[in-house]
Amino acid sequence: MAPQILTLDALAARVPDGAVVAVPPDFSGVALAATLALIARGVRGLHLVGVPSTGFQGDWLVGAGCVVTIEAAAVTIGEYGPAPRFTAAMKAGAIRMIDGTCPAIHAGLQAAEKGLPFMPLRGIIGSDLAVHRDDWKLGANPFADDDPILMIRAIRPDIALFHAAKADRAGNVWIGVRRELMLMAHAARQTLVTVEEIVEYDLLADDATAAGTIPALYVTAIAEARHGMKPLGLRRLYGPDDAALRRYVEMARTEDGFRAWLDGGLPCPRAAE
Amino acid sequence: MSVPTCQPEELLIATVATMLDGLGHIAVGAASPIPGAAALLARARGNGRPAISILGAVDENAFTDGGKELFDCAAEGRIDAFFLGGGQIDGEANINLVGIGNPRQPKVRFPGSFGSAYLYFLVPRVILFREEHSPRVLVSRVDYISAPGWSAPNVYRPGGPYALVTGRCVFAWQKETHRFRLASVHPGHTVDELRAETGFDYDLPDTVPATVLPDAATLSLMRGRVAGEIARTYPGFAARLWNVAAAA
Repeated sequence: MAPQILTLDALAARVPDGAVVAVPPDFSGVALAATLALIARGVRGLHLVGVPSTGFQGDWLVGAGCVVTIEAAAVTIGEYGPAPRFTAAMKAGAIRMIDGTCPAIHAGLQAAEKGLPFMPLRGIIGSDLAVHRDDWKLGANPFADDDPILMIRAIRPDIALFHAAKADRAGNVWIGVRRELMLMAHAARQTLVTVEEIVEYDLLADDATAAGTIPALYVTAIAEARHGMKPLGLRRLYGPDDAALRRYVEMARTEDGFRAWLDGGLPCPRAAE
Repeated sequence: MSVPTCQPEELLIATVATMLDGLGHIAVGAASPIPGAAALLARARGNGRPAISILGAVDENAFTDGGKELFDCAAEGRIDAFFLGGGQIDGEANINLVGIGNPRQPKVRFPGSFGSAYLYFLVPRVILFREEHSPRVLVSRVDYISAPGWSAPNVYRPGGPYALVTGRCVFAWQKETHRFRLASVHPGHTVDELRAETGFDYDLPDTVPATVLPDAATLSLMRGRVAGEIARTYPGFAARLWNVAAAA
């Protein structure tokens, strides 16, 4: 079935309470306008999978009470310091964190895209991460003697949610070199994408764009959201809004401040719908 | 020729760069301006070698296969050096990037382990870098092992720690004994001070040299070409240290 072109709110309505939602890191394609739409509709009980980390998006969703579990290699807002609502929620024991490591999350998704139950991965043995994971099992390389290797269970998200520069009318989505977004779309049951613009030409017609394009067959729905990743920056299109990000970090130091930010100071324009 | 006054960050950049000269490919994690500048310095005086991949950067990053490419690249032995930090680092080079206290409801929560539990095993020369040198950070035993400093002999591990560089000194890692050895002390700091500020035990040679200050040519290269290059990824850092904007 061809992907549907929806409004931003209609796209956000496709994320049910309790869904396992894969999201990319702050330097990839983060659907922040859609995240605000999700918060506005009061989504609850999300299990976020950071691929391999989450940042401002995860912090907003935790602060708004939308999240019960985060599975990620890190929750990081980089140079802006500790993610304020995530850190507060962890100290309060209010959310569950499934700590992982970047390549294990990629490997779990790669297993899913291949239809495999697990993927072996080097490293990790002896890390306390493994102690807390019943979805990682120590196995053995069947082609060698005495070569222990970790098995990572497949990660099959209900939904992949991300932002990209453009889609075409058929629902093909151009992601360029940010191919973790391709991996997410391959692994997830449904893929919801916001884009800066919907173009009137076929992204698959020219190999120069086709090579960086997720074919529509993996895409469930798209919505146009111009500046849909602000206040973060979108690769080669716009830079981060440093003042808006700093203002968030300042306000979100307290629960009340976060609520005030959410009520009054939304830093990104709601998308044209 | 007199050497202009060297800022503490410049000493760290120069010190780390000496550990990178001659390597083929260096990867630098996000939010790592000093390791990033050190890699750029090594490249600037190595006629374009080592190649550099700064994660999350648009410039200084040639990866085209998404977030997994760094890890695949490392697993194939295509990355010679990488940097890791730690909320806590102990004397066996274990690092903690998760938190302090019960992980389900920690007293202190760090961002998370990132790729440490993997890259520490696979990159031959992992340089531990943490500016803060205090008993709070350099502990006798980490609360949580994000990535272990060493592994049993049957565990596949071509990589591991190489050195620990702090704002006060350089420790060299000794693979055979699983211990650090004090390699040099930065000017302005003392061996006695280090003993008091380090929470783990380490080997102390009879004489410990001072960390070598960068010469005038190195400082000039750092403040010129490297400053302009690092400003493209870390504009705030370059502006604070050298008052420069990004190179075109």
